[in-house]
Amino acid sequence: MSAPSSSGWTVETRTRAATGFAFFAVVLIALAFAAPLFVSRSLLQDLFLILTMLVLAQNWNLLAGYAGLVSVGQQAFVGFGAYAMFACVSLGGLDPMLAILIAGMAAALLSVATGFFVFRLQGAYFAIGTWVVAEVVRLVLAQWRALGGGTGTSLPNAATRDMAAVQWIAEAFSVRASQAADILTYWLALLLCCATIGFIYWLLRTRQGLGLSAVRDNQEAARSVGVDARRIKWAVYVCVAFVTGMAGALIYVQKARISPDAAFSVIDWTAYVIFIVVIGGIGTLEGPIIGVIVFFVLQKSLADFGSWYLLVLGLIGIAVMLFAPRGLWGLFSDRTGIQFFPVRRILKGGPSIDHQGTRGGPHG
Amino acid sequence: MIWVDTIVQGVLLGGLYALFAAGLSLVFGVMRLVNLAHGDLIVLGAFLILVIVSALGLNPFLAALVAMPVMFCLGWGLQYVVLNRTLGDDILPPLLVTFGLSIVIQNALLEGFSADSRRISVGGLEAASVSLGPIAVGVMPLLTFLSAVAVIVALNALFYRTALGRAFRATSDDPVTAGLMGVDPKRLFATATGIAMIVVTIAALYLGTRSNIDPTIGPARLIYAFEAVIIGGLGSFWGTLAGGVIIGVAQTMGAAINPEWQILAGHVAFLLVLLLRPRGLFPRAND
Repeated sequence: MSAPSSSGWTVETRTRAATGFAFFAVVLIALAFAAPLFVSRSLLQDLFLILTMLVLAQNWNLLAGYAGLVSVGQQAFVGFGAYAMFACVSLGGLDPMLAILIAGMAAALLSVATGFFVFRLQGAYFAIGTWVVAEVVRLVLAQWRALGGGTGTSLPNAATRDMAAVQWIAEAFSVRASQAADILTYWLALLLCCATIGFIYWLLRTRQGLGLSAVRDNQEAARSVGVDARRIKWAVYVCVAFVTGMAGALIYVQKARISPDAAFSVIDWTAYVIFIVVIGGIGTLEGPIIGVIVFFVLQKSLADFGSWYLLVLGLIGIAVMLFAPRGLWGLFSDRTGIQFFPVRRILKGGPSIDHQGTRGGPHG
Repeated sequence: MIWVDTIVQGVLLGGLYALFAAGLSLVFGVMRLVNLAHGDLIVLGAFLILVIVSALGLNPFLAALVAMPVMFCLGWGLQYVVLNRTLGDDILPPLLVTFGLSIVIQNALLEGFSADSRRISVGGLEAASVSLGPIAVGVMPLLTFLSAVAVIVALNALFYRTALGRAFRATSDDPVTAGLMGVDPKRLFATATGIAMIVVTIAALYLGTRSNIDPTIGPARLIYAFEAVIIGGLGSFWGTLAGGVIIGVAQTMGAAINPEWQILAGHVAFLLVLLLRPRGLFPRAND
């Protein structure tokens, strides 16, 4: 990285496809922000679902695909964030938007507390350990009578309608308050999604991100060159809990009804998310985006078949893991070499090869 | 006196959890594989016994004997065709494939048997009890516990007294060298999973006769089994029994204080052990 002028070597991450994609992404995000102007309300709700699932998927991908922490207990943070938001709004009378932020912090605090337990377990045992923690949090919150105990409760109707932002949107677009609330939650989901992807992209391009990839590829080698694997894993675990908690709170602002079984559902908040990431391509930023599209198309086309949907999703997940472990995006990227989010460091130039030549490993 | 009764009931319940855990412990001991579908395979076994009972009109204990070879073959094939492909240094493939399997089994059972809860009837045996001194204990819980002890004794004998057990231990320690000595790890792993499925069938018999079953209860059984294995310490079958007993006693004591705390008390006991003795109470393996 140092003294590129003397040796002629430079480290670059930019690729032509990525520059093209950056333009495309800016246009896409602008269009997405304008979407409430020209799409139907039901489509807006579908987009909300896609965006929130994408946030959860990107977070699980950072945890499992980059930090090697395979958790099947992320529903703990979805549910805890949702309950924290309900407590702030129903019991504390706070604005739901503020409550979402507090919910994220509450989930981060929970992750610090539970981290002491689950970080004592390695690999597969970490996975089931996180699941136990999620069960404990669910059982404890089911005792909270003020929030409906085991049967759950609803947000007060006025809570979302009286939000300042909702009233402003209702006036600006001249729509009813319930529709304005949908628009607001959609915008918040879009914001959270862009911020999450932006944050992970930024993280992977920093020194810490390089250390993270090194730990994933070979923990012993990474530690021998001075990467503090434990600290990096802790930091990722807490950051992911923060964002997952906010996503959970946002999802339940939109749902407006909560119960322990739904908020801590391993199927809804972990199984779907794992399948999205695995099918799309684990350990890439593009994979979850592809995966969430596949997930949504399958859901729409198999909606009438009940449990067949999950059966098919499970079988596809197993097949992908066995025969194409880098997912759909991996298949595409391996053949074309295209990356939309360039996190691979490519060595260019140098005295021994001409200036067109590139060198760099597939994961570097 | 009531506390003695509670503890005895808890110990007997622990036998059931030890049965759940023994198969998991066996598979982990031989090939370091954690099967997230273990609980769903127990539920699958219970439904298989239920089908045999209603189709052939057999006594559930005989039906379990019929189910055993079926489950052995299922486990053998599952390991040989699917799970062997996932073994390696990377922890992701086995975890994600068995997690997918868990979802597939649950939803296949939902499709085949609906979400209704069912029960395997054992004649009048569910209500029968015997008195042990001043305490009356149910015949089924007692049978469960005795079966758990028998399974642990049998697994220990298999591991430390037979040629197959020697091959298991050798492959567990060093698969490459074991391969040089003529052991085929793929077939050996398949045999281990097959034997684990026989234990799963025994667990399924008692699960289905003692409580209601429906297709979604598998993951909770996996969690109890996992807690028992971790509390006992990896690689020790007697430790697994002790772990099951600790979970069982914690659950019945929790339930005695407040019925809603039963499950929670078991999890809290597990977390306490994890905090104080992270390698379990009777550790043997080093990983």
